Amino acid sequence: MMTAMFGAVESGVIYAIMALGVYVSFRVLDFPDLTVDGSFVTGGAVASIMITAGYDPFISTIAALFAGFLAGCMTGILHTKGGINPLLSGILMMIALYSINLRIMGKPNVPLLAEETVMTKIESWFTSAWSVLLFMLVLTLIIKLIIDLFLKTEIGLSLRAVGDNEGMVRSFSANTGWMKVLGLGLSNALVAFSGALIAQYNGFSDVGMGIGMIVIGLASVIIGEAVIGDSKIARATLAVVVGAILYRIIVTLALRIEFLDTGDMKLITAIIVIIALIMPKVLDKQKEAARKKKRLAQLNADGGGPVA
Amino acid sequence: MLEMNQIFKVFYEGTPDEKIALNKVNLSMKQGDFVTVIGSNGAGKSTLMNVISGKLVPDMGTVMIDGVNMTSLAEHKRAVKIGRVFQDPMAGTAPTMTIEENLALAYNRTKKRTLSFGVTKKRRDFYREKLEMLHLGLEDRLQAKVGLLSGGERQALSLLMATFTDPKILLLDEHTAALDPSRAELITNLTKEIVAKLGLTTLMVTHNMQQALDLGNRLIMMDKGQIIFSANEEEKADLTVEKLLAEFQKIKGGAGLSDRSLLS
Repeated sequence: MMTAMFGAVESGVIYAIMALGVYVSFRVLDFPDLTVDGSFVTGGAVASIMITAGYDPFISTIAALFAGFLAGCMTGILHTKGGINPLLSGILMMIALYSINLRIMGKPNVPLLAEETVMTKIESWFTSAWSVLLFMLVLTLIIKLIIDLFLKTEIGLSLRAVGDNEGMVRSFSANTGWMKVLGLGLSNALVAFSGALIAQYNGFSDVGMGIGMIVIGLASVIIGEAVIGDSKIARATLAVVVGAILYRIIVTLALRIEFLDTGDMKLITAIIVIIALIMPKVLDKQKEAARKKKRLAQLNADGGGPVA
Repeated sequence: MLEMNQIFKVFYEGTPDEKIALNKVNLSMKQGDFVTVIGSNGAGKSTLMNVISGKLVPDMGTVMIDGVNMTSLAEHKRAVKIGRVFQDPMAGTAPTMTIEENLALAYNRTKKRTLSFGVTKKRRDFYREKLEMLHLGLEDRLQAKVGLLSGGERQALSLLMATFTDPKILLLDEHTAALDPSRAELITNLTKEIVAKLGLTTLMVTHNMQQALDLGNRLIMMDKGQIIFSANEEEKADLTVEKLLAEFQKIKGGAGLSDRSLLS
């Protein structure tokens, strides 16, 4: 149980980078970007193929980041220059990436168990069971901090405004089309970076490892917002990181139930997202009802106001 | 400052819904001119605005701003020279961002956006000083989200955001129409104050005839895509709502009361 939990937190921290990417497209840009399912694998594919070719694992992981950036930019260009609906441009890119990922890897599965990866390097530097977790936690928090700061720069502000009120930013001379391309590029760069790390963490990259990734990202964003809140940027991004870890813990716990097996994972994910989406509304309604009841009781005690 | 030459724009061309929105419109504004535009719905006022702002490209004719031909320049590019306030108070601000962040966005209208922070200590003092001009106490709420402001406060903020970077042209598209009378008066007075102080070249569309007479130094009336009546500074000084309506009916050939109700 403890080892399972430890693994859940460890992978949760790496998936948090992907969730931060989803936060950028889904919340900041208000663009439901399905490219994620493909770009996550692209990251894993680029990193694993470079590692097996003998490149330094860190350089390979950075290369994965750039590959993801390009994929995201393509989705943005399909949408802004091609005038294709946001959902559809993401889906098209996701499908296209499936074949591209196969081309990059050359086969559906690239094992990395015998290779030197970022994880084996970290373990060789600090000989502790906590080394990977701590290293990844620091990395994820640094990325979170960079996003926080970036979203406060002049470019970052206009990126946020694009998701908030596109017509308004254009009237203040921002090129909203390129802003979207940039935002989607950054989002998918993070996603691919996370994919590269997950491939090395799991010891393989697989062409199917991205299926449902967007939903996992959304689950992390939504769970985090429900638990931590999103009143400020720094808080919202922290919520995403916490949400990603919580999501892994919930899934690990769910899988301990006897009749559920690993194949049920996607169903569990979907149910978690549905609950996380519906629960806040139900809770609000209950609070509202309780308040009304209280007010009514008070009114009856006072004898009520004059009849108009 | 603004030269519109033979502007022609038709919608749904070649279909039964074909509508000529602007029919060879000529409009020339000098530096510091404040022109109010009146006309019934569908007269082409908004199309005129959109052709200037670049949201629409005219089928024919040219738009020159500050001596530069802008006819087919992209909307965001010519926004460097144009400040805009929209009818909908929600349209001119970003609701989930704070007042200072909104001002930072507006501050960048004339400048290239970089990776430096949009809100710095120095800039914050500058924003605060500008907000004081509105007399709404917004200078003490710099970190409040704009979505929490009332329609009137938002519209005042929009007006400030559109003007504090000295646009060559200010476009006001019925910017008081969605507000209650007292808020509308507040925004009208602010408009008067800001435009006078900065000497902005302004084009304002309104449905309120009294407002059209109170503000500005020139007035034009539009109908069916054409400017049917135009008053210069002296003529405008003598105008009253009654005279305007009489003028409108004379030109329309006594088209009747329905137009009167549309305009007043």
